Amino acid sequence: MAKEFRTLKTSVNLPYELAYGPIWTRFFDGLLNKKILGTKCPKCDRILVPARSFCPRCFVDTPEWVEISHEGALTAWCLTNYRYYGQPVEPPSISALIRLDGANVDFLHLIGGFDLGDFELVRRKVKNGMRVKAVWNEERKAQIFDIKYFEPV
Amino acid sequence: MPKKVGIAAVAQNAGVESKDNFYDQSYKITKEILDKAGLKREELETIISAASDIFHGGISCANSYYWETTGAFLKPGSRQDGESLFAFFYGVMRILSGDYDTALVIALCKGSENPENDACTLMYADPFYQRMIGMNETMAAAMQMRIYMERYGIAEEQCAKVVVKNLANALGNPYAHRKGRFTVDDVLGSDRIIDPLTQMQIAPKSEGMVALLLASEEKAKKLTSKPVWFRGFGNSIDHYYIGDRDLLDSPLKTAAARAYKMAGISRPRKEIDIAEITEPYAFQELIWCEDLGFCGPGEGGKMIDSGATQKTGDIPVNPSGGVLANNPYVSRGLQRVVEATLQLRGEAGERQVDKKMKTALAHGTHGFAGQCHAVAILGV
Repeated sequence: MAKEFRTLKTSVNLPYELAYGPIWTRFFDGLLNKKILGTKCPKCDRILVPARSFCPRCFVDTPEWVEISHEGALTAWCLTNYRYYGQPVEPPSISALIRLDGANVDFLHLIGGFDLGDFELVRRKVKNGMRVKAVWNEERKAQIFDIKYFEPV
Repeated sequence: MPKKVGIAAVAQNAGVESKDNFYDQSYKITKEILDKAGLKREELETIISAASDIFHGGISCANSYYWETTGAFLKPGSRQDGESLFAFFYGVMRILSGDYDTALVIALCKGSENPENDACTLMYADPFYQRMIGMNETMAAAMQMRIYMERYGIAEEQCAKVVVKNLANALGNPYAHRKGRFTVDDVLGSDRIIDPLTQMQIAPKSEGMVALLLASEEKAKKLTSKPVWFRGFGNSIDHYYIGDRDLLDSPLKTAAARAYKMAGISRPRKEIDIAEITEPYAFQELIWCEDLGFCGPGEGGKMIDSGATQKTGDIPVNPSGGVLANNPYVSRGLQRVVEATLQLRGEAGERQVDKKMKTALAHGTHGFAGQCHAVAILGV
């Protein structure tokens, strides 16, 4: 829109150093070693992934670590085909919630390994309930993209 | 008998873009509401503001910047960060405390200036996990929409009908950012930017300086011949991590139950005359109608098909055009209260619903796919 008065174009870029803490550190170190780690709630027995220090429902510590399957079923997904500021993943991409076998919550990641150019074709291929498995990056850096994406089994 | 809290005046400056800067726009809306109520700045007792300044305004501790524009010089002001419907309740509590007879609740958002909403909502994803994947509010909503359609057999056309209804309603709203007569095909044919959502099913980013003057019962009756009374409020919060949640089991149900209990409402569909709800994504209006008890689970599609939520229906939803028509991010909840108030007062101009009204509902939500909800009940 044409502005009637002057505008100031400005941006804010500030450095932060955020603590991972022991739980995220152990979880991401797990990815470095091709392991997906969760923690189990001693009260409700739910296995939470990614691992965390407490169960938000029972409000108790979850000290027991569990290795989670690299495979699971698709719970929800969307095909992103636009750009936004700060976007970390090049579009088109599929973000998805995946219920890894043995876990009681969904894991957020990408679905990939095939052509995402046409949404009609993608819709025919990708269905909730579909089985998917993790594809690992050769070079791992203890971060979420140590798993490249999940691909259909 | 608990004390009554009244809404004595409302004002809004909303839409695409104002030529004023943030500071002056805020001053003007405060001035307007005080003039409407015939109240001098010196007589105003307390101020509650709502803003999410760092990402939406590009300024930190912005209340120190804008306080004086709200008339706050030497007054007890307090800021609520985020969704403004919570600020409304904060203001109500100040009156209920008995210490104040007047409270200004003001929500400030200048959408024309800030980065796109998705850039801001990406910043409320945790930095280690969800933000790395690119999670933002639109992405969460698109996943929620897919599950909703699959679980209940909701058609994309039914979701698109919400846009058709709300943007047509917005034709009567001078404060709407988007408005017009569109078809379901227009909506579904707009850019499929994040399948299953198309561009027109996603709210724009808009301006909204929204103000509301609350007063104790006696004072409200002095300030206006048409007070609207606070009757109930409820809110509820779901888990943070999106994978921990059932995206179709929303905390809106518990928020609504709390508000209905406080207001003594047992049959919401019958007892509520109009609802202004926050639907930044078209299909969410259908889900929220279910969660508010206007229809059963999975019946949101049938409800829009039936015409019940049209301006002429038995429970008009978003006669203002809702958030799809105007989306001042932080101010959108308080704007719903303002619109509901105008309807109850019969002062909604061309968007006025043509029936006798006693009770209205205003709803606000924030967080991914409706993580947090708030519901307010108003009455005359």
